[in-house]
Order: sequence, then C-alpha cells, then structure tokens
Amino acid sequence: MKKIKIFSMKSPYREPFHIYGYVFGSGEKTAAIVGAMRGDEIQQQFVSSQIVRILTDLENAGKITEGKQILVIPSVNNFSMNIGKRFWPMDNTDINRMFPGYNSGETTQRIASALFEEIKDYKFGIQLASYHFPGDFIPHVRIIRTDADIVSEAQKFALPYVYVKNPEPFDTVMLNYNWQIWGSKAFSIYAGTTDTVDQNSAKITWQAIMRFLQSNGTVESISHPGFMTQKLKDKDFVTLTANSAGFFHCLKPAGSDVRKGEILAEILNPYDGSTEEKIISPKDSRVFFVHNKTLIMQHTAAFQLIRG
Amino acid sequence: MIKTIFSAGLPVDEQLLIQKNSIRGNHEGKRLCVVTGTHGDELEGQYVCYLLTEFLQRNTDKISGIVDIYPALNPLGIDSITRGFPGFDLDMNRIFPGSENKSLSDSAAFSIIEDIKGADFAIDIHASNIFLRELPQARINVNTAENLVSYAEMLNIDLVWIHPAATVLESTLAHSLNSLGVKTIVVEMGVGMRITTSYGERLFHGILNLMKNIGMFSGDVNCEITKPMIVEGDGVEFVNAEKSGVFLPDKNYGAKLHKGDIIGRIVSPLTGKILSTVTSETNGLLMTIRAYPIVYEGSLLARIIKN
Ligand SMILES: [Zn+2]
Repeated sequence: MKKIKIFSMKSPYREPFHIYGYVFGSGEKTAAIVGAMRGDEIQQQFVSSQIVRILTDLENAGKITEGKQILVIPSVNNFSMNIGKRFWPMDNTDINRMFPGYNSGETTQRIASALFEEIKDYKFGIQLASYHFPGDFIPHVRIIRTDADIVSEAQKFALPYVYVKNPEPFDTVMLNYNWQIWGSKAFSIYAGTTDTVDQNSAKITWQAIMRFLQSNGTVESISHPGFMTQKLKDKDFVTLTANSAGFFHCLKPAGSDVRKGEILAEILNPYDGSTEEKIISPKDSRVFFVHNKTLIMQHTAAFQLIRG
Repeated sequence: MIKTIFSAGLPVDEQLLIQKNSIRGNHEGKRLCVVTGTHGDELEGQYVCYLLTEFLQRNTDKISGIVDIYPALNPLGIDSITRGFPGFDLDMNRIFPGSENKSLSDSAAFSIIEDIKGADFAIDIHASNIFLRELPQARINVNTAENLVSYAEMLNIDLVWIHPAATVLESTLAHSLNSLGVKTIVVEMGVGMRITTSYGERLFHGILNLMKNIGMFSGDVNCEITKPMIVEGDGVEFVNAEKSGVFLPDKNYGAKLHKGDIIGRIVSPLTGKILSTVTSETNGLLMTIRAYPIVYEGSLLARIIKN
C-alpha cells in the first residue's frame, strides 16, 4: 500500500486541507473507489476505511492480482466532516455538483478537478454515494443510463438491486456521469445510511465491493455470498408522500416486504398525539427507501416502494 | 389582492406559505410576474417588490393587465437567513420545473411554475450571494438572447451578460419559464444579506419602463433610463484567489481598470504578511468585487469586463 497526496490547500486558520489516496497493487488502473464527498457521509467514509483495511491485508498476503492497481480515497471533505457540515465550509457548495471540475476556478471546482484528474483513467469507478433527502435505502448500485450498457457489470456486486436511473440536469455536474463520459464504468453504491454508521449495511456494502473486485480478477479474496441482482428503472417505483405533518412513526424499515393495505407509517399530531394519517401500501411491494427523521413535513417523500 | 399559491404543513403547528400580491390594472392587458427570494439570503429584490406594490396599488388607473409580485419564493429561507431550502440545504433554483409527488421542495417548485405559467413576462431578481457585490445586470442564456435582450435593455441596469447554455442550468426557474413561453429575465444586483437602495430604485424604474414599453403602464417613468452594455461569455475575465487568507479590496465595483492595477490584497493577520497582491490582467470595468473577506484558494475575487 502506498499513501499518496492528491490535493493540498492552505486554509486561513485551520491546518491545511488534504485529499489522500491509498494505492494497492500496480499496473493497469483498474478500480478507483471514492468515499465521503460530503461532510455527513459518515457511513461512506466508514465503508472506505474498511476497504482500505481489507485491501491492506490482501496485499500483504499477495492477493492483489499482478498488474492491477486499485485506488481508494476515503475522504474528499474532512473539513466539513470535522465541523458537522454537509457542504464546503466557506461557501456551502457541494463538491459533487462541480464535476469535471476546473483547476483555476472556485475552491470546490479545484477540489473536484484534482480528484477527477487522479481517478478518471481507472477502468471502473465506484462512488459511495448519498441521497439529498434524509432516508435509508436497501443497499443498491445505481448507474446513470447512458449509451454504455454496464448493467451486467453492475450485477457483479451482487447487491439486491441495480437501479438504472434516467439522467436529470443536475447529473451532468456529478461524479458518476462525468466518469462515464470520460470512459470509465461508473457505479454509485448506496450503503444504506448516511450520517450514522450502520454496521450491518456497511458490511453488506464492502463485501459487495470485494465481490466485484474478485469477480473481475482484480483481487483474490474469500467470497461472500451475494444476491441475484434485480434491475430497476424509474418506472418500477411508487413514491408515497406524506399528506400531513408531524411525528413520523415508521413501522416498516427499508427492505420490508409489505402487503396491500398494510400500514407503513403513522403521522402523529405533535400536540395531542392523535393519528393524523396512516400511510398505507397501495399494493404488495418492498420498501426501497424510507424517510428517516422523526419529524416530517407535508408533501415529503416518506416511502419509495418497488412495485410487486 | 394577496393570494396563497402554495401551502404545506410543517411538523409543529405551522404552514409554509408562498404568497403573491396580484395587482390588477383598470384596463385589460398583459401579465407580468416579478419574483424574488428563491435564495433566502438575497434580499435586494425585497426593496424592489415593496416599491412596486406600493406604487402600483395606488396607480391601477394607469395599469393595463396584471402584475403579480412574489416577494418570497423561499419564505422559510428568507425568515431564517438560509440560502437554500431549509432542512434539505437544497438550492431551490436547481429543482424546477418540480413535480407534484416527490418532495416538499419539488411540490413548491411545481406550484410556482403552475401559477406563473401563462404570463407574458417574468423578472427574477437575485442578489448574487453574500460573497460578491455586483453591478445591476441581466443574465441571459445565449439560446434565449434573441428573444430577451431588447427587453432587458429597458430595465435601467448597467449590463446584459449573455452566458453560454449548460445542461445543469435547465433546472432553473428562468429556464423552465422561458421554455413555457414566459419571457423571463434574471436580474442580479448588489450583494447578499443587504439592500442597496440606489439599485432597488433603479430597477423599480426599469420595470416601470419595461411596462410602459409593452403597453402595461401609461404614466411617466420619471427617470433617465441607463442603456446597458452587452457582454458575451468570453468578454468577462474571472479573478480567483491564489492564496487563502483575508481579502482587502482596493477598488470598488464599477471602477475602470488598467492592466496591472491592484484590485486588492490577500493578507495574513497572524503573520502580518501580504500573501498575494491581486492585479488586473486586462483593461476593463470591474463588474463584480468580493464582499466577504475570508477567502480560500479559488474563491472568486472579481470579474472584469474586458475592453
Ligand atoms: Zn440567487
């Protein structure tokens, strides 16, 4: 393992900002793994740190394939994480809205540019991503629908689902899309939670990444059994939004199988505790995403269900 | 007449309300929407909306058509000094046209579009952000320039900046409205969290002048209208900080610069040293100057219109 410095910048009063990468093996740039880009992506940072630990052991045991190189970047934004902010401390911009970056532009454009320069030539790009609404997911791989068909490759993670998402305008400034445009095969992995470590889904996630690296011959590792991956498109989801506001009392966590008519959550009146609303499953389905804050506003997406 | 165009329950005993004042003239005519407050920390539009509602309500006899004034598209943001949509830290100007059944912010965006749809013109007033001070200017996407520049010229501003199209900007309010046939001009002026009254008054007269030119206002504008300079994308030079520290400007916006002129310095209060002397690489007009003193490497310090 080789620790490299990818980017450095002085700050007015804090210690300098750095981005570090951990390089395993040598030769063909095979897989780059990017962890926390936002300060609240604590699960993502945790998963990356575990991958560094596992790859270090594998390398010491001579189990990284000759001629293959893996790069892991656990954190792109320790400055925000250290002070409990999500976005860049000074201007609140999101590094993951700055790709492919610009090396003489604004601060976060420079960070994105330095990062992208380092990772753009890897054959496979894996980002540990998070969603902009607070919630928990079934761990899954997300790919942006472009001309390149990488579904079969995404299935090698053997996670329960591959979600092939239609690109929206904001995707064009995100890492995943730019990686693909540059010719890498890019996968975003949603590791269950964001701002807290969930050991169980973290483990599912790093095992999936190790399976992927093993199945394409990058590492030799002990295999963990996976899932028969199912492919999902935008039309496979039903979103249930809250019609009222109050306490969100969730009865069905992500991954639950639910029957038509089953109560998924109750919204309780914050003054008298009465039930304002019961959120009910419209059909037999599986909970893919669930709002994970105790309070909920009206019109907020409370559940995303996979149509049965 | 004040109308609520969107409401949503917040967890404890409160509704989020987006409201407009719909001012109907005594005569039939076009419909103009003046919107502001998508970014909760940009307040320059507040003064313009106040001047307009105050004036138009007492001059309905001189108005043909309807002027809808939306002073706070992101009311929670304005009331809490939050740029984005509170709770989600989401830039509200990246979620248009929105959708009905996705999230609170998307539903709000959807209702805003539904309400403005059908208008002839819209003016979307922004105030840069808390970091930069800007000359009053219209920002127009190159694809809509042919339709919009002649109207932007009526607004009594200093500049019309025609910028290149970018896919990500398709999610702005202005883009959505322009694609629906509402001629929408984005105005940026002044600085975040403050009101520059002279600019507010200029734009107020500019909007009256636009109304007069499109047959919506029959009174006198009582103001000499400034004709703006038209600037294309590559006519603007960006100056970014090369060092992190405290920026002290030497020049104010609107200054005429010669190549080599000092725009400001980045200093270290801890060591007492000048870290970087920021000079102009070109002759030109200083259209933007940094207002917020703390800078990181890369922070935008100035924009200069090249001569
Ligand atoms: Zn703005």
